[in-house]
Amino acid sequence: MRGSVATYLTVARCSARRYAGYRAATAAGAFTNTVFGIIRAYVLLQVWHQQPGLGGYDASGVVTFVFLGQALITSMALFGGGIDLPERVRSGAVTMDMARPVSFQTWWLADDGGRAAVQLIIRGVPPMAVAALLFDLRLPTSVGTTSTGMASAGIGGVIGTWGLFAVSVALGFLVSFGLRYLIALTSFWLLDQRGLESAYTLCAVFLSGISVPLTIMPGALRGLAEALPFAAMMQIPADVFLGNRTGASLFAAIALQAGWAAVLLASGRALTARATRKLVIQGG
Amino acid sequence: MADSGTARPGGHERFDPYERYGWYEAVRHYLLFAAAWTRVAWQYRVSVLLLAVGQFLATGLDIVVIGVLFARVPRLADFDLAEVGFLFGTSCTSFAVSNLLFGSVERIGERIRDGSLDVMLVRPVGLLVQVATDGFSPRRLGGLVQGVGVLGLSLAGLDVHWTIGRMLLVITMIICGIGIFSAVWIAGAAFQFVVEQAAEAMNAVTYGGSFLTQYPMSIYGRDGMRMLTFLVPLAFLNWQPALYVLAKPDPLGLPSLFRFASPLVAAALLALATAAWRTGLRHYRSTGN
Repeated sequence: MRGSVATYLTVARCSARRYAGYRAATAAGAFTNTVFGIIRAYVLLQVWHQQPGLGGYDASGVVTFVFLGQALITSMALFGGGIDLPERVRSGAVTMDMARPVSFQTWWLADDGGRAAVQLIIRGVPPMAVAALLFDLRLPTSVGTTSTGMASAGIGGVIGTWGLFAVSVALGFLVSFGLRYLIALTSFWLLDQRGLESAYTLCAVFLSGISVPLTIMPGALRGLAEALPFAAMMQIPADVFLGNRTGASLFAAIALQAGWAAVLLASGRALTARATRKLVIQGG
Repeated sequence: MADSGTARPGGHERFDPYERYGWYEAVRHYLLFAAAWTRVAWQYRVSVLLLAVGQFLATGLDIVVIGVLFARVPRLADFDLAEVGFLFGTSCTSFAVSNLLFGSVERIGERIRDGSLDVMLVRPVGLLVQVATDGFSPRRLGGLVQGVGVLGLSLAGLDVHWTIGRMLLVITMIICGIGIFSAVWIAGAAFQFVVEQAAEAMNAVTYGGSFLTQYPMSIYGRDGMRMLTFLVPLAFLNWQPALYVLAKPDPLGLPSLFRFASPLVAAALLALATAAWRTGLRHYRSTGN
């Protein structure tokens, strides 16, 4: 719609600065993510010691998978939140947002994008760093073979893997935003959108891969989980990072992410138009 | 709120939340506050019910995860499904009750930040009672049904020779578990006097503690088990007594007295936690707004 790229970048930067401000809270959160990662890693290692190679991961692969999940939880907002829109609808402050000469949806995308970017670093790097000290992780820099036995293609392959991971994380974020934005928009109609938010959290926790890798779920459940948008938020980026997807399978996974992102963002756009037409301001 | 501003003639009689504040008074105040907050919550009964259902489903997911794992392997660290269910059931039951009794203390960080803790301090009711009932809601019992349910199922499925001693120990470990988790909640609240924004670090020990005690402690390795026995003694929550109930050897070879030490550990932790709480409160300085 309207508004320049520079405007949205400024919005994202301000949001990033806001989320970077609470140092103690960030440290506390990263600590908790790390503790849960350690517990989960030990539980899954018990299974993988008995069934090496289960779901396409070896022991170090599954530990890396667990900590990638812990690193992505906050950035991908798997527990919900990140978009303050519902409170602004309830307080009426949303009229300010609507009066701005910018696209309503893109404004919130920029705001949430700034949050996700800064949290990817401050909430993502500490758990991975601690995990690297405690466990044997599988990083794209490691020479040799990937978990599926594919020969890695040297330094070019390493850069390629990191690049693909970045693309996959970015697409995963768009899917996460798309879904949470739709839920946030329902606050124009519903007095309390928290029920929907809890449903999102439950689905995200179980179907994104942070509880157990989707690849070890039983048949039909696995098929369903791998097709839903929640897989785009954690399972797919982690598989890309681990080099578990190559060729057609890699392309299909990225295409699934892009497809969900497009569908959800387009729905968000359509619903935004209806919401803004519907809004009635209470009081004066 | 109009009467809260009226000054008493002859100056304030200093109210000390600890001295001359007996158990009877504390429990009475606790019940009064809990009842008041429950009435508040009940005004939004659909919300309460939905949140309780949410908590119910979230705990249910933990069970589903265990199910997914056991679909792949027959045993975890030499514990079969019924035995892991026993650990899950005892941990989950103790946690649900402690969460109802003391879980609300996690809100103290907000209270400190927005200054409303000062309002609580001038009331002639113990602060811990007020903080523990702050926003008291029956929804915190959401995990109890699963805890008791899984415990019941596992007891039916366990291959254990039941003696009076074993049965008594099961009841004792659940009660001590409530005590240990309550101590963790109180210590976490005390920690927030030091670092106001640390609410999320509390989750590592509260929710993390409940998560890690759902599984046999031997999966955390020898160092992990030592740490969880001597440093953060969550091993006494259900692991040590469970070894006796399930007639399993201790992988660390600790003395058999450890199997029955839960009441002592729970009492010691509660004493330590309340001491930490008093120290924290003594060092509390209002945000000043």
